[in-house]
Amino acid sequence: MLNNFPLWPQQASTLAHRVDALYIFLLIVTGMMALLIFVLLVYFAARYRHRPGVRAEQIEGSTALEITWSAIPFFIFMAIFVWGAVVYFKERTPPADSTEVYVVAKQWMWKVEHAEGQREINELHVPVGRDVKLIMTSQDVIHSFYIPAFRIKQDVLPGRYTVEWFRATKSGVYHLFCAEYCGTQHSGMVGSIIVQEPAEYEAWINGGSTGPLSANGEKIFAELGCATCHRSDTQGRGPNLEGVFGKPVQLEDGRTVTADENYLRECILDPGAKRVKGFQPIMPTFQGLVSEEQVNALVAYIKSISPVRPADSAKTNARLLRPRDQTSEPARERTNGSQVQ
Amino acid sequence: MQNNASAGSFTAVHDHHGEAHVAHNPALLHHFAAPQQQRDAASLGMWVFLATEVMFFGGLFCSYLIYRRWYFSDFAAASKTINMYLGATNTGVLICSSLTVVLAVWAAQTARRALLVGMLVITMLLGLVFLGIKGVEYREKFEEHHVPGASFSFDHVEIPGHPGQFANPRHAQIFFTLYFVMTGLHALHMIIGLGIFTWLLIMAWKGRFTPEWHTPVEIGGLYWHFVDIVWIYLFPLLYLIDRH
Amino acid sequence: MSMATAIPQPTSPPAAERENYLNKEYGVWSWLLTTDHKRIALLYLLSITFFFFIGGFFALLIRLELLTPAGDLVQADTYNKLFTMHGMVMVFFFLIPSIPAVLGNFLVPLMVGAKDLAFPRINLLSWYLYIIGGVMMLHCMFTGGVDTGWTFYAPFSTSFTNTNIVEAGLAIFVAGFSSILTGLNFVVTIHRMRAPGMTWSRLPLFIWAHYATSIIQLLGTPVIAVTIVLVAAERALHLGIFDPKLGGDPVLFQHLFWFYSHPAVYIMILPSMGVVTEIIACFSRKRIFGYHFVALSSIAIAVFGFLVWAHHMFVAGISVYSALVFSFLSYAVALPSAIKVFNWTATLYKGSIHYDAPMLYAFGFLGLFTIGGLTGLFLAALGIDVHVTDTYFVVAHFHYIMVGGAVMGYLGGMHFWWPKISGRLYPEGWARLAALIVFLGFNLTFFPQFLLGYMGMPRRYYDYSHMPEFQILNVLSTAGATILGVGYLLPMVYFLWSMRYGKPASDNPWNAAGLEWKTASPPPTFNFDQEPVVTWEAYNYEELDAPHNEEVPVAK
Repeated sequence: MLNNFPLWPQQASTLAHRVDALYIFLLIVTGMMALLIFVLLVYFAARYRHRPGVRAEQIEGSTALEITWSAIPFFIFMAIFVWGAVVYFKERTPPADSTEVYVVAKQWMWKVEHAEGQREINELHVPVGRDVKLIMTSQDVIHSFYIPAFRIKQDVLPGRYTVEWFRATKSGVYHLFCAEYCGTQHSGMVGSIIVQEPAEYEAWINGGSTGPLSANGEKIFAELGCATCHRSDTQGRGPNLEGVFGKPVQLEDGRTVTADENYLRECILDPGAKRVKGFQPIMPTFQGLVSEEQVNALVAYIKSISPVRPADSAKTNARLLRPRDQTSEPARERTNGSQVQ
Repeated sequence: MQNNASAGSFTAVHDHHGEAHVAHNPALLHHFAAPQQQRDAASLGMWVFLATEVMFFGGLFCSYLIYRRWYFSDFAAASKTINMYLGATNTGVLICSSLTVVLAVWAAQTARRALLVGMLVITMLLGLVFLGIKGVEYREKFEEHHVPGASFSFDHVEIPGHPGQFANPRHAQIFFTLYFVMTGLHALHMIIGLGIFTWLLIMAWKGRFTPEWHTPVEIGGLYWHFVDIVWIYLFPLLYLIDRH
Repeated sequence: MSMATAIPQPTSPPAAERENYLNKEYGVWSWLLTTDHKRIALLYLLSITFFFFIGGFFALLIRLELLTPAGDLVQADTYNKLFTMHGMVMVFFFLIPSIPAVLGNFLVPLMVGAKDLAFPRINLLSWYLYIIGGVMMLHCMFTGGVDTGWTFYAPFSTSFTNTNIVEAGLAIFVAGFSSILTGLNFVVTIHRMRAPGMTWSRLPLFIWAHYATSIIQLLGTPVIAVTIVLVAAERALHLGIFDPKLGGDPVLFQHLFWFYSHPAVYIMILPSMGVVTEIIACFSRKRIFGYHFVALSSIAIAVFGFLVWAHHMFVAGISVYSALVFSFLSYAVALPSAIKVFNWTATLYKGSIHYDAPMLYAFGFLGLFTIGGLTGLFLAALGIDVHVTDTYFVVAHFHYIMVGGAVMGYLGGMHFWWPKISGRLYPEGWARLAALIVFLGFNLTFFPQFLLGYMGMPRRYYDYSHMPEFQILNVLSTAGATILGVGYLLPMVYFLWSMRYGKPASDNPWNAAGLEWKTASPPPTFNFDQEPVVTWEAYNYEELDAPHNEEVPVAK
């Protein structure tokens, strides 16, 4: 029990250093404030201990003092707030060219799928020094993907995608925990983040997989007959999907939305919700006919047929996450919401 | 007691349980110093209670408004299937009942016992009419399979103004869930109101209310007005989505 | 000052033999049908103490399980039920009623100079509602309990768990009604039933604190009531308000839940702050420093407390901008609490401090609440919160406030007003020992949890065998918990002992300010022999300790 007695988590990501810096700042500031109070308390308790014949001095108060000890803490609080907000903003803004990994949570395991097609259960291999973005959803209840060594955590919700990102700085094996209570085996929903040196990682990622996720998606796209309507020309009954990812889409009801992961997912599972302008409402829903992993694959495929990886991840994450419709309906952004006539 | 002697004075203002008792209204409860205090306490108490009711319904209104914003067309389609005319009639019924309540309070203030009893009776009748119409509406929904749960169905219902587009049944079910919870809770409050008014009626019949003391009528009236106001918000929100 | 007074006592019969609210009538029905706020306070005292020990027993089992990394004491489902029931019982059936329903009920009329609360029968009703809710919760426990965590997040609670959520929810609903009625009674009493001369600025700060608490109870509790209604409806009828599979939104549940549950924590701490204010003034023998600032800070906490709920949801999927707003507001709500701590500390300056047990609890409160409050600053910092939310850091934070703060205040208040309530003195030596044991046991239990949290140990974990490095801190925590348990048992024993064998108390054994001390200990049923007319300011310790009064020497 006494062998391994750490008091500080490892720092294994770029964010970890930032978070720890703020934490140490807070420890110092709050430590000083606590020390001040405690010293005063002890000193006053001793110095002004009751002595016979000595009476207390009635002091109403002091507005000047009140203002001072309101203003100073306020400014300190504001400093902490700003620093915390800056760190948070960074933490919630995945860099544009992040490697994407899809995560599906279910009671009580983590299913991970790399874009290259590698699948893992309760483990995630990543290379040192690369930005990795996790696109996550849950099959059942709310879970939370927590990597203490990276100082990141994000709830994983049913019905929509949530996103978190990191850049690992040190190779090693780190804890992965589920951090949102999810039932009987909540404490069993743990795993490992395996950070490897780039060469080692290349070897791993290339060693025997079922092919890239997007290729899998292409196969599903064909198998389910999507290509029948979504042709590569303008003759199809459905919109041409080449180049659609990340671009604005005009909807039938006049709104314009951006075709991000959540929008693509919604189209597959609830096609009527945001029908593209100029097309008939004839697309059938695939809800119940495709699994979460298959949806991920389809999304990956459609992303792969867009010429450039759009730099809108930041915007996606910063936007208000919106409601989901059904099982796998993800959050999507609405550029306006009102349909009031 | 020496400790207290220097720290203030006592004045014998009201000698409780004393022999030389100041005569007071038998309705004055013992822990109050004066009838005015009792009246004020009762009135403030009812207002505070109504504030809690506002928060109670407020949570529901909030949820409703959020979902309505998200699923506007589906909510419009669902709203169209509830009977606006019955709803409007009910609104009129409740507004009239608030008038009769006001008249009842006035009657109590001016010692018009017959009028008081009459107004209380009419108020209650109007309340029953309201509940009756609600019952008719609920039955209609039951028959159309619009009651959320296992037998709910809402297929092929067109979205108003968008021919060929159909409402999402799952979203429509949310509308009906909120509809039944909100109007159901409202109806429950009406029934409680009827219970309160029954008691008021009995007391009024026995001649217990006087111009000096008719607090229960006043605070019962406040409660009734509140229930009325909740409906006045419910009606347009639920019944009048996207009507032309 | 101590119990051994040098002032000659009046020649009237000792209080215990005079007619008072305890001996006015005997028999079970005189208690079960009482409308006397003081008797109702004692009814509550018995009930909440009962639930405290139930919740505490669950805590003990939790800590025993966590002694070892493996889940070897109970099964996973059982453990999940243990922490759920611990939370539900402690929050809804102990902390929220505790000070308001016991000390508030007893003291509010006395402190404002009234004969009773505005609505005595509603007061009794509130106790019965509490009991009904409590019985329902007990039944729920005996028939298997609930395993969702006290926060019962959807969709786990609405569509996945097999436990009896509806019953637990209804129990909380009913208990919530009890809370609302208590708040209603206090607000009306404080507004309308103050004795002549008792202006708002002369009210004890205990009253201000309870007023602010009541506002929160009134405006917040209905929201969780309706949330429970929706959860029950969804669960029973498979509707789709919160379950995404049915078209609903699980995050909406969290908003509705926390809209009440955050202000609820202020319901738990504000009364305690009121108690501590009274104790510090009395045992420093001086007026509270900055009366108006302390009074208004209570109101500020109540108001701002309604604006910060989503700081429980920073990683739940809310937008970055929402998170920024709620973080900012969370710092705003920390400010009034900080102001109170400074004012309490300043009150000690040039005071004449006595170390009786209530004051020891007050000191304990000051230390522990300061730490708990400061750690709130960590949690409000967005960048930090992402790392520590849902870990033991949060668990430690809220236990520092709720146990180190609220419960210490409650115990301090029980000791301070015990002579008034029972007409007896508790044994001072034992009381000081208990205070010390609680303080030490508490810190040993919960301080290691801050470390565990930052290291990454998530909460609600039954088995941590993947992280055996967490064991030693867990062992320290469990050791502390046993010590803490002893500290809590002691007062129960000696309070009971004192009811029979304790020295009879005079009307004002502490020579304290406040109208409650101007009547007998225990008070007569209608509180005062004559309606008080107030012509003095609050905390008139100068007058009370005036030379001709010969301040009571300390018997040490």
